Amino acid sequence: MLLANKVVLVTGATRGIGRATSRLCADQGAHVVLTGRSKDQLDGVQAEIATEVPSAVLSNLVMDVSSPESVRDAFQQLFKLTKRLDVLLSNAGVLDDALIGMVTPDQIKRVFEPNTYGVLFCAQYASRLMARTGGGSIINVASIIGVNGNMGQAVYAGSKAAVIGITKSLSKELAPQNIRVNAIAPGFINTDMARSIGPEKFAERVASIKMGRAGTPEEVAKVALFLASDLSSYVTGQVIGVDGGMLI
Amino acid sequence: MSNNSNKLHEVFADTLNIDRSRVTDSLTYNTIPEWDSVAHMALIAALENSFDIMLDTDDIVDMSSVAKAKEILSKYHVQL
Repeated sequence: MLLANKVVLVTGATRGIGRATSRLCADQGAHVVLTGRSKDQLDGVQAEIATEVPSAVLSNLVMDVSSPESVRDAFQQLFKLTKRLDVLLSNAGVLDDALIGMVTPDQIKRVFEPNTYGVLFCAQYASRLMARTGGGSIINVASIIGVNGNMGQAVYAGSKAAVIGITKSLSKELAPQNIRVNAIAPGFINTDMARSIGPEKFAERVASIKMGRAGTPEEVAKVALFLASDLSSYVTGQVIGVDGGMLI
Repeated sequence: MSNNSNKLHEVFADTLNIDRSRVTDSLTYNTIPEWDSVAHMALIAALENSFDIMLDTDDIVDMSSVAKAKEILSKYHVQL
């Protein structure tokens, strides 16, 4: 058990990478706190994981990472519930593409609030809780688009490139408190978000991947598990690509 | 002085590494070299641990003096 007695909080836990990581961490002995915007969906996913992993210790909290008040309230509840946090997976995010001439201020806000501001809001509270018990691991989900950029994705790329800057800065600021901060940069992962681009674009993207297929949420979750656990005890400030050799 | 008030003064003195006689209500953030931003975060951690609370980010930013710290802690049901 790589995460026995650890408390792991996952944002965007009801789908894709968040759900897969929650399940894997639960399987590795963690108390996993699932968070998301919909209580019904959280309850549903919690029940599913509990069936898949009978030994799982699970809780859920409603949290909209875009809202500092919601993040504050959720972390206050977490503090009452567990008194500690060992791992944060900041995964919640949205994809909303447009060519630069058609980007609206509302769209920028809609993307940056969850993808970037949410990472900062959660890291503020998570790092303080982690410091109280001697350290922890913050894992931010960035994107290959944030590393390399892509046509029609200036807003999304900006929001994810910011996550990389946040990760590198926090790794330096929090290392003295034994808090490691790393990012994962997934390539094209077969999630609801990826499928939302439509079958034609989906096939185009797969064609740009050297391994010839989209990744799975579980493949990203395994890297998250590595970063969450003591297997990566001397790794901080890194951006780990999980992209099957995708070219952008 | 109440027990909690004593505890609060102790936390300030210990964390900022200053003599307890210097911990008065008027002691203010960034007016002495010992209470800079790094020390402020250490102070917040020490207060949270001592009183078993978790402060909101707004309160961390607002905690600009000993008097203000007392006011903020009272919001968290700490009797001073």
